[in-house]
Amino acid sequence: MVKKNINYKFQKRIDNNIKIEPRDDMPEGYRAHLIRQISQHAHSEVIGMQPEANWITRAPSLRSKKILLAKVQDEAGHGLYLYSAAETLGASRSDLIKKLHLKEAKYASIFNYPALTWSDIGAIGWLVDGAAITNQVSLQKTSYGPYSRAMIKICKEESFHQRQGFEIMIKMSHGTKEQKQMAQDSLNRFWWPSLMMFGPHDSDSTRSERAINWKIKRESNDFLRQKFIDKTVPQADFLGLTIPDQKLKWNKKRNSYDFGEINWNEFWRVVNGGGPCNQKRINHHINAHKDGEWVRKALIKYSEKYVK
Amino acid sequence: MNKELFIFCLRLADNCLILAHRQSELCSKSPFLEEDIAQTNFGLDLLGQAEAIYNFAVEIEGNINTPDDLVYKRNERSFYNFILSEQPNTNFAFVVIRQYFMSVYLKIIYTTLSNIKDSKLSGISLKALKELDYQINHFELWIKRLGLGTKESKEKIQNAINELWIFTGELFERDNLDLNMEKNGYLLNSNLFYKKWINFINDIFNESNLNIPKDAYMVTGSKNGIHSEYMGFILTEMQFLQRTFPDAKW
Ligand SMILES: [Fe+2]
Ligand SMILES: [Fe+2]
Ligand SMILES: [Fe+2]
Repeated sequence: MVKKNINYKFQKRIDNNIKIEPRDDMPEGYRAHLIRQISQHAHSEVIGMQPEANWITRAPSLRSKKILLAKVQDEAGHGLYLYSAAETLGASRSDLIKKLHLKEAKYASIFNYPALTWSDIGAIGWLVDGAAITNQVSLQKTSYGPYSRAMIKICKEESFHQRQGFEIMIKMSHGTKEQKQMAQDSLNRFWWPSLMMFGPHDSDSTRSERAINWKIKRESNDFLRQKFIDKTVPQADFLGLTIPDQKLKWNKKRNSYDFGEINWNEFWRVVNGGGPCNQKRINHHINAHKDGEWVRKALIKYSEKYVK
Repeated sequence: MNKELFIFCLRLADNCLILAHRQSELCSKSPFLEEDIAQTNFGLDLLGQAEAIYNFAVEIEGNINTPDDLVYKRNERSFYNFILSEQPNTNFAFVVIRQYFMSVYLKIIYTTLSNIKDSKLSGISLKALKELDYQINHFELWIKRLGLGTKESKEKIQNAINELWIFTGELFERDNLDLNMEKNGYLLNSNLFYKKWINFINDIFNESNLNIPKDAYMVTGSKNGIHSEYMGFILTEMQFLQRTFPDAKW
């Protein structure tokens, strides 16, 4: 009876677009859903540092090196905001990281694909940050206050990343023959995984409906995917690159692009650990965490002894 | 052109560049996320300093090269960073000690340069000094934490000091070029420089219960472009795109 009452009052607040704040009553399901989603997002920011960090020391100009280093640093900052947002719901960062290491927590599957050439750094900024923004702009209106505010802050930086990535793509696609080939190759490899970033079809997305009712999620997966495609195809045209989808075609009636079917076998395989880099990404995180253990211990010991 | 000032600038900028390279390698590998952000921040500071000084250097040279040419097209024997700067991130203690030794070195250099007549170089130095004060604070805090933390952390940081000490002699070497730079007010004389540097080190080591190693053989060579074996790998990685695709613009 009491529980029902909370749920009723809670849903009313949601329906009236009143933001939920950390000290407010909330149904356990809402809290759990948010912790899962926000921590997954935080892990994505942090794991996503790896493919790009991999290229900082090889960046081909001082300018691009500076931009990339600053970008990866931004992503670490995003991870930090998001872990903090999850902590406002009672989760602890160390538990969330434990779950990541035990493979109980997920992160964006896109980062399980390798960054093999310099133009992959362009494609990641252009497509991956581009897809992330599409998703995150809609999350600026999410019902949980701290998450919504984190998204507003993060989106500003993500749009820089997207432009910087696109700038690399311009240089590559307007460059030498080899650079053009590299650019096309990056698009070929990153296009479909970028579309997969929006998740399964709405009809196959088990948790979607509840999340939409709670206004955690504000737009559906398929809607956001379409929005991203419609925004990105003209950019590919501008670059003179071909999107690797023979079914891609402007549909006048829908005022949108029609496109081919995603390889859902691949999608589920990578989500469940079977991508080219899943093992590498987790091991990298585990190893860094292990290597840092003696440092964290010293920090704690020192604080106990000397910091009042 | 003023050839000596040009080389003097390269020596300084090369140190910043190679330290930034080592700091970049730490990205996504730090003991915790806040520290990852701090370390990459120092990398960015150093990269910015390197770029500003290369910019200044190419003007002196008469714009024959761009800053990118200096970074991506010079061979190992034409790089003048200290052997200390290229030492690897063996563990977190090595990072702390290498960066601390070099941060103090850079602070002393920039303090002198911030007072010279050339407004460009003194401007670069003033900006860099603010960044270095922050770095020095950060690393002093870590020296204390590790020196006074656990038995393991004390062992690790003392070991890093012992292993890196032999590379510190280069910081106070003076060749003819340096002596001329001293005369023109760009550089403190070696004794005074050393005194200032060792004061920093003594203070923080005393506070942290750490020891300066006994006098040892000091490695030398970088002023003539002689480096450790690490340098070749750093340049191979850093320069590979520019060298593989010499006609490409990035
Ligand atoms: Fe991000
Ligand atoms: Fe993101
Ligand atoms: Fe980003």
